[in-house]
Amino acid sequence: MSKKLITLMSLLLVMAIVVTGCSSPAEPEAPAETPGAETPAETPAGEKILRTNNSSEPGSLDPALAQGTHESWILSNTFEGLMTYDAEGNVIPGIAEDYTLSEDNLTYTFTLRDAKWSNGDPVTAHDFEFSWKRALDPDLAADYAFQLYYLKGAEAYNTGEGSVDDVMVKALDDKTLEVTLEAPTGYFLELTAFYTYYPVSKNVVEANPDWAKEPETHIGNGPFKLTTWEHNAYIELAKNENYYAIDQINLDGIHFDIIEDENTAWQKYEGGEYDILATLPQAVAAQMAQENNPELVIGSQVGIYYYNLNSEVVPFNNAKVRNALSMAIDRTTIVERITQGGQLAAEGVVPVGLTDETGAEYRDKVGNLVTEDAAAAKALFEEGLAEEGMTIDQFNNAGFVILFNTLEAHNKIAQAVQEMWRTNLGINVNLENVEFQVKLDREKAGDYQISRGGWIGDYMDPMTILDLWLEGGAFNDAGYANPEYDKLILEAKGTADQDIRFNNMREAEKMLMEDMAVIPIYFYTQPYAVKSNIEGIYKLPIYYPTITYADIK
Amino acid sequence: MKRYLLKRLAMSIVTLWAVITITFILMHSVPGNPFAAESKMPKVVYENLQAKYGLDKPLTEQYVIYLGNLLKGDLGDSMKSRVETVNDMIERGFPVSARLGLQALVIAICFGPALGAFAALYQNKFPDYISMIIAIIGISVPSFIMGTVLIQFVARNVEWLPVGGWGEWRHTVLPSIAMAMMPLATMARLMRSSMLEVLGQDYIKTAKSKGITRAAVILKHAVRNAILPVISVLGTTISNLLVGSFVIEKIFGIPGLGMFFIKSINNRDYTLIMGTTIFYAGILIFMLLLVDIAYMFIDPRIKLTKEGR
Repeated sequence: MSKKLITLMSLLLVMAIVVTGCSSPAEPEAPAETPGAETPAETPAGEKILRTNNSSEPGSLDPALAQGTHESWILSNTFEGLMTYDAEGNVIPGIAEDYTLSEDNLTYTFTLRDAKWSNGDPVTAHDFEFSWKRALDPDLAADYAFQLYYLKGAEAYNTGEGSVDDVMVKALDDKTLEVTLEAPTGYFLELTAFYTYYPVSKNVVEANPDWAKEPETHIGNGPFKLTTWEHNAYIELAKNENYYAIDQINLDGIHFDIIEDENTAWQKYEGGEYDILATLPQAVAAQMAQENNPELVIGSQVGIYYYNLNSEVVPFNNAKVRNALSMAIDRTTIVERITQGGQLAAEGVVPVGLTDETGAEYRDKVGNLVTEDAAAAKALFEEGLAEEGMTIDQFNNAGFVILFNTLEAHNKIAQAVQEMWRTNLGINVNLENVEFQVKLDREKAGDYQISRGGWIGDYMDPMTILDLWLEGGAFNDAGYANPEYDKLILEAKGTADQDIRFNNMREAEKMLMEDMAVIPIYFYTQPYAVKSNIEGIYKLPIYYPTITYADIK
Repeated sequence: MKRYLLKRLAMSIVTLWAVITITFILMHSVPGNPFAAESKMPKVVYENLQAKYGLDKPLTEQYVIYLGNLLKGDLGDSMKSRVETVNDMIERGFPVSARLGLQALVIAICFGPALGAFAALYQNKFPDYISMIIAIIGISVPSFIMGTVLIQFVARNVEWLPVGGWGEWRHTVLPSIAMAMMPLATMARLMRSSMLEVLGQDYIKTAKSKGITRAAVILKHAVRNAILPVISVLGTTISNLLVGSFVIEKIFGIPGLGMFFIKSINNRDYTLIMGTTIFYAGILIFMLLLVDIAYMFIDPRIKLTKEGR
């Protein structure tokens, strides 16, 4: 017996040695494979490197080609536009030192400060002219080119009907940029802080069209510069010694991991590997909130979660039916029991956090436009249904469905709404979860009855939400069509008179909610976690937390 | 042998072509497209993008263009990344996945068959039960649970290894173990049953009666014959491991090829879907061919000549 055992043990030992032998060569290879790898232990003493996770690989670090948060969080540290925001969310001069606006509110003339690119070259007005025209070039096929359509001639050029020479952005000299708009735009300065409006270096881009692909050739004008980009693994930024306001920057660099799994990222934050984590798993945020964990910050967000009702489908074409469905939803329960991330029950479609013409909170004047009244909802629902010649039984037999993309949070909210409608209105709807792309496809094709929707604003103005429901709009999946609404919105879009603009927007939002074009559920928030030794991080409603001015104590 | 190889090669090319064609058709018949998004993108911008990637052309024309480019080794531009082409992505992602896969393979090959052999030699005794419990855990626990458990106990509780990320050798240890568990368990079970069968054969008894030591009987006669079924699963196991696991790569934040499989489908990134599928199919077909050849060397009764077996 002992002999057998010895044989087997020897066999296993040999195997184990083989394993060790096979695996060990990988060890010395590692440093060669990742020359830029940096771990907390390797950070030189005294260097302040902020560590965090950017939850997705950027599709590009060229501002013209950026499409979303996972790009803009990095770009906002490596570039700066004509204007930027302060910690309070006020738009303030960035690369522009000053500007003037013509009397007809159409022509802005920006004067640039002495700013430099990260390679030491001066940032000139010619760079801005070049960048904006480049972003509009149809051959570049930039997804976000339409953000520049406010410029005169921009849309025509981008759509192939006009010439680049007719795009009204012009460098009068190295320091002066003249921009003429199609129509007065009350929030144009805010737009110049958006990433599509960031400049790129004319000399660098013309010399090398692939400049943005490698850190060695990536040139920016922001507080930090790109030093390492290991695709899908991590991105590193270092302080840009050529930045004009370098004295405001406390960090030596920022390390962004690229880990898509929220739970893994959270484990790394919890284990002390990150200083800030901007995307928290929903359950974690809820638990931190319950525990009053001081590391949790409920950041504001310009975003609305809502349900589309397909106005082409009977009885959802009836405003009474739509209103009754909205009245039968208890939003407080949804935000307090399901989402649990400090979200606010929706009071309309324009989220909290945007200011009006007086600088006060926009929602203050417009008030709560959402009524919740389960008892009244039932009567109104039956009335609306009767108008469409339908009974409750017929409604229930029609097999209406709430469509949402596969995500646990959407599922839970849909279940809650389903139950609220069953209890309060006595109706049955089914739930259907599909892949995100399939949901988009079905919405665009009008192949749905009720569907989950959401929108996060691009700029700090109620218009970023309100113009979604213009008739024929690309995102108007509910098919809302109201000429009065369109008139108010288009007038607001075409005037620089802030009183008219905001009055119109308030009226339009009231109209939208009277018609209940979509059923608003809640206003998004962005809960994030910051370690207690980190200072200087703040959150603007349309951006990820600003980490540019952070300090590590 | 030569003729067999040529025949197999021709069959491989036909198989690959079939995979390409079927994937191309299926991909375009699934709802959605790479540029559909919850955004306000105007129609013209959308059309610009369609034109840039040739999606405005008829499907047959797109197919012919794709095959033409493929013959030149060009898998096209990714429709989501403006930084890398599909060739770049595979070139970068494959070594990462392959390294993890090879480490996992080594773990599986070293411990799987050994565990199975050990269990067979001690059939229905304590070591057998322990080995088979390990095998059952390996087979029945999905890799994402295995990964999460490893993260919790090895990385979080005792902090021996990092939770996730990429850059150093220590980042590869937990994902390799998590990936190895399933093939390790499969091999252990196959080896056990095959070993039990072999041990009951007459030639083993003959060998024993000749006075050959037990170790020599086991190693020279039993293991050599019992390992055949394990070899037969190696082809698929290796190709599965080499191209990475979406789940493991996602959980551990690894920049490998596995991530691209699911992400490309979710994003409807047509060129990346095609590229990763063709790459995986190519590896699988090649591995199956190698396994057939390996068989021939291990078991001389298997002939690959025109006479067949």
